[in-house]
Amino acid sequence: MSDSRPAVQVSGLHKWFGQLHVLRGVDLEVRRGEAVMLIGRSGSGKTTLLRCINFLEEPTMGRVEVDGVVVDANPLGTRSRHHRQQIRQIRLRAGMLFQEFNLFPHMTVLQNLIEAPVRVLGITRDEAVSRAEAQLARVGLSDKRDEHPSRLSGGQKQRTAIARALCMEPMVLMFDEPTSALDPELIGEVLKVMEDLAHEGTTMIVVTHEMHFAREAADRVVFMDEGSIIEQGPPDRLLNEPQDERTQHFLRRFLASGQSAAD
Amino acid sequence: MLQQSGHHTNPSMIAVDALAAIDAGRRRRRNIFRVQVALVWLVLIGLLVAALVVTKKIDPAFIATWAPFILGGTGDTILISIVSIAFATVLALLGAIGRLSRNPIAYGVASLYVSLVRGTPLIVQIIFIYLALPQLGIVIPLLPSGILALSFNYGAYMTEIFRAGIQAVPPGQREAAEALGMPEPLVMRRIVLPQAVRIVIPAIGNEFIAMIKDSALVSIIGVTELLWRAQSVGGRHFRTLETLILAATVYWALTITFSLIQERLERRLAKADR
Repeated sequence: MSDSRPAVQVSGLHKWFGQLHVLRGVDLEVRRGEAVMLIGRSGSGKTTLLRCINFLEEPTMGRVEVDGVVVDANPLGTRSRHHRQQIRQIRLRAGMLFQEFNLFPHMTVLQNLIEAPVRVLGITRDEAVSRAEAQLARVGLSDKRDEHPSRLSGGQKQRTAIARALCMEPMVLMFDEPTSALDPELIGEVLKVMEDLAHEGTTMIVVTHEMHFAREAADRVVFMDEGSIIEQGPPDRLLNEPQDERTQHFLRRFLASGQSAAD
Repeated sequence: MLQQSGHHTNPSMIAVDALAAIDAGRRRRRNIFRVQVALVWLVLIGLLVAALVVTKKIDPAFIATWAPFILGGTGDTILISIVSIAFATVLALLGAIGRLSRNPIAYGVASLYVSLVRGTPLIVQIIFIYLALPQLGIVIPLLPSGILALSFNYGAYMTEIFRAGIQAVPPGQREAAEALGMPEPLVMRRIVLPQAVRIVIPAIGNEFIAMIKDSALVSIIGVTELLWRAQSVGGRHFRTLETLILAATVYWALTITFSLIQERLERRLAKADR
């Protein structure tokens, strides 16, 4: 049964930026079909954790496993061919969404979507186009197919980026604060797409400050502080009855700061 | 102006009218200024030419006789400049990739190239390729020698331009491509370089205009371009004043023309990006 294998397994992950110890031995397992939300203060290591899973940051110590592909941290051997190939295998299995969308501005929406499937997965252009059209329909942007990203709103850009990631048919989607760069009135359309994905059983790891969204869409919420996972559990329990003092403190401050008003 | 818009009752409309009036006024003043400057140019140039002709310092008949031959070098000048800038662009692209590489051989070759070329005079490079290389058994014909020297020289300077252009592409672009599983060479070729080229096009335009002027240096080895023709005719007839004025005028016209073309291109690019 391949389904009993975790989608993502992070073990003993450490990351130093020079003298700064950003991740302090993180263990995290994400099951297939599970939507996990990472919450915590800025600087708690959520984003770094995400970026270490697909090696946009090379972890200093520890191990990452995505869909059976195992890569050990190897900060000194980053240039070795084998290491790089393993990393690429992980990236093919873990799609990533960024705060700043990072669409390719010199390509149309469609070109953005078919570039990697054609050139990396090696599928035919026709196949890639039909895949892209299906994903565009899913995020509600079929009519923007031939536009350049500069003609899209922030919300449309992020939805395009989600469609682009989905075209690679990854095993897990990782979102790094996908709505933080959006105007408040555009956040909803992106969260709606993400919520649908979660309800359809897409495996996702989401770094977010949208507590209402976490409550609606998460199977599990993970609270991080100072580079460690402090507490995790189902959203109702973790958000309503946090056990650890640091989680209580964070949630109290968070609600008091009025962020929940955006919900 | 303000009085004309007095029929508006809405104060914000009056403000809009006033702003438009101020804008129009500013534009008119700027146009008047431009016309005045153009007139000053015309008067100065006219006075200079008239003084030279009236005092018989230059001979219009001589110019008329030799102009076709000298102007015939314009084609060579343009050809040399265009071919050299094309080669230089390719060299610069390779040089920039080398200068950004973590491979010591690629970096070493690229940085040596840039250092060597930027550390020696262009005129030395031109003479070296045409007159010194034959001693090593490498004989390159006249025109290719000139083009090669200019290409190598400009390629080194433009390496830095391309390097800056590549670095100006936001790091998120590279990350997004890598996160899609694209291997490094593909990320460079499909994502980074196309954006870098757009960033450096205005700078390449500037280099091309500089190239038109520097192409005159290849006259030293005898390439029959504009300056060489002007000098050979002028020297033979002791009328260098006339021939050099003619050559300088052509260079001037060329650089002004290409500056205007470049300005248009830049504006179109800026519009396309929006």
